[in-house]
Amino acid sequence: MNAMTSPDLSQATPHPAPFLRVEDLRVKFVSRDATVRAVNGISFNLERGKVLCVIGESGSGKSVMMRSLLRLHPKKRTVIEGTMMVGEHDIGAVSDRAMTQLRGSLISMVFQEPMTALDPLYTVGDQIAETVRRHEGLSKEAAWARALELLELVRVPSPERRLKAYPHELSGGLRQRAVIAMALSCRPSLLLADEPTTALDASVQIQILVLLRKIQQEMGMSMIFVTHDLGVAAQIADQVAVMYAGRIIEYGNARDVLLNPQHPYTKAMLAATAKDQDRNLPLEAIAGNPPDLRALPDGCSFAPRCKYAGPDCIVTMPPPVTDIRGHMARCFKVEAADGPLAFDERVAEPA
Amino acid sequence: MTDHMMTPRTAPVDPRDRGGPAQPMLIVDGMKKYFPIRAGVFNRKVAEVKAVDDVSFYVVKGETLGIVGESGCGKSTLARLLMHLIEKDAGELILDGDLVGGSTGVLLDGLRRALQMVFQDSSSSLNPRLPIEQSVAYGPKVQGASGKSAKAQARSLMEKVGLNPNLFGQRYPHELSGGQKQRVNIARALALAPRLLILDEAVSALDKSVEAQVLNLLGDIKKQLNLTYIFISHDLHVVRYISDRVMVMYLGQLVEIGPADQIYEAPKHPYTQALLACRLSMDPEARVDAAPLAGDPPSPVSPPSGCRFHTRCAFVEDVCKAKTPKLGDVLKLSADKHLAACHMVHPDSGHSRAPAHATAA
Repeated sequence: MNAMTSPDLSQATPHPAPFLRVEDLRVKFVSRDATVRAVNGISFNLERGKVLCVIGESGSGKSVMMRSLLRLHPKKRTVIEGTMMVGEHDIGAVSDRAMTQLRGSLISMVFQEPMTALDPLYTVGDQIAETVRRHEGLSKEAAWARALELLELVRVPSPERRLKAYPHELSGGLRQRAVIAMALSCRPSLLLADEPTTALDASVQIQILVLLRKIQQEMGMSMIFVTHDLGVAAQIADQVAVMYAGRIIEYGNARDVLLNPQHPYTKAMLAATAKDQDRNLPLEAIAGNPPDLRALPDGCSFAPRCKYAGPDCIVTMPPPVTDIRGHMARCFKVEAADGPLAFDERVAEPA
Repeated sequence: MTDHMMTPRTAPVDPRDRGGPAQPMLIVDGMKKYFPIRAGVFNRKVAEVKAVDDVSFYVVKGETLGIVGESGCGKSTLARLLMHLIEKDAGELILDGDLVGGSTGVLLDGLRRALQMVFQDSSSSLNPRLPIEQSVAYGPKVQGASGKSAKAQARSLMEKVGLNPNLFGQRYPHELSGGQKQRVNIARALALAPRLLILDEAVSALDKSVEAQVLNLLGDIKKQLNLTYIFISHDLHVVRYISDRVMVMYLGQLVEIGPADQIYEAPKHPYTQALLACRLSMDPEARVDAAPLAGDPPSPVSPPSGCRFHTRCAFVEDVCKAKTPKLGDVLKLSADKHLAACHMVHPDSGHSRAPAHATAA
């Protein structure tokens, strides 16, 4: 194979000092019954002020990867290997105490379900002010003033009244805005958003997406945005990473990955999404289910479901193939001779 | 393969058919449900949530009617009203020519046999203590089938939805994936050989690749078993793919109804237009900078006067606040009828954008 292979994506990106550097991240959950390999060697870089969208189905390891960045996993049961550098902080090495300081101020997270992310017994204002007081030591009055500013920032109508409201008194869209306000309260440099719009209506989802993108640009934050909706990724991403069974199987500019996907899984996922197809024809569904993370197959994890899989695919995991634009795919049938990545189903077939 | 596809109005004759092939499967006339809000020492009614407010429509045999709208617009309440899971306040339900309820009409028992429902949350709608084979066989048993025949039926249904009964029959719900659980729910809904299946967000919680599998399955069994679907979803792409006709709801009312392609290509109601503009494009260059619909829908406790959408509508005029726009004759059968409850559509309504004279009826 004359493909340009590089395990480290930093060689493909022009800027030398990425803000977030994840290298060969592996996360295992160990229990008496089995070892679940949720993340199996992820490497990526993210520059300051850029948005990375991680796309994948449930069980692909996208949320596990996010939680590792905040060290939210139970310590006893989790084995985390690899390096995670956020700015000058090595997430794997800092003390628990320092980590508590970093959570919320350097790295912050927005969860999928705003109702469970908020405490039902405290008002929205109390919950936002608590974060500010905890991290910045402001007085109660100053913290409430900050909370009001934050609700204005996320464009909650009549914010004074909403500060005194309990979570159940708000609509889903307003609740998610309040959670975003809380996440932004200490001006984090990295915002992790775990499917923040999945539980919302299409009309509200687009409001939240427009808002997040605006705030992200104004504050110059880096953001990792997890979603399973390719349309959401198209709205917000600079870079897109497609995950399958704990690995990034395709990575690149949003345009390259979404409009010119090369990995068979990304292609199949795009084809399986209902979008103005002829209703008299069945959708091109991907047969089968994602693999069991307790017993991952050797070779390419997608091979059992892939219609192009050859004998090589079941034996070894394909190495990443990267082109000059930084578009990467892990598939034996993808080549980057001189130009962009190209999928050719004849490659690597036995002669 | 395309020639014997679902074509509404010419569905094959079914022995269970009572009203003839042209008789709609279901006619819903003036359905209303107001939930009371009680407060105070005497627990008096202080207000009402107008969840479903005077909704009328029909479903033709063999078609798929899609229902779309934001959360809180009453689509799920409507589905539960049709199933008689909650009591209606007003309105009539005519199932294949027979009035449901009343002294001479179809009994609830019969209705539940003809109408079945698949819910959104695939795991909470299955009994965690029953192996799935027993879950599927439960319905027929309750309706009087012997244990043996119910079991045989359950096994054949599991095969129909693509689950091997030998492999999966004895498993419990927690041992299945989301897609498999939803297949079990579909099998269970089919166990009483229903005529009409109400699918309330049945694929919304599934991953995209699994969603496509379940959508294909729904298409297949519809043809095999001669079913009619009411498909409720907030995913506008999926609704377009699966539906023959689409109805759009806003704050408990029907605002637009018509053939799917007409609704998607030439929406008449500004709400439908805004809702369709909320669909996300796959092209990173085609990003939306301003949300097509600002804010949340108003409270259904005290809906706005006149047209309920006027508080969020870009074309609002005085007439919209004063007069409630009429939808037109929804219950008159016609295959390509496209109606919208908007003053801009109706001639001489007083709106400056309304067509001048009654040219198009």
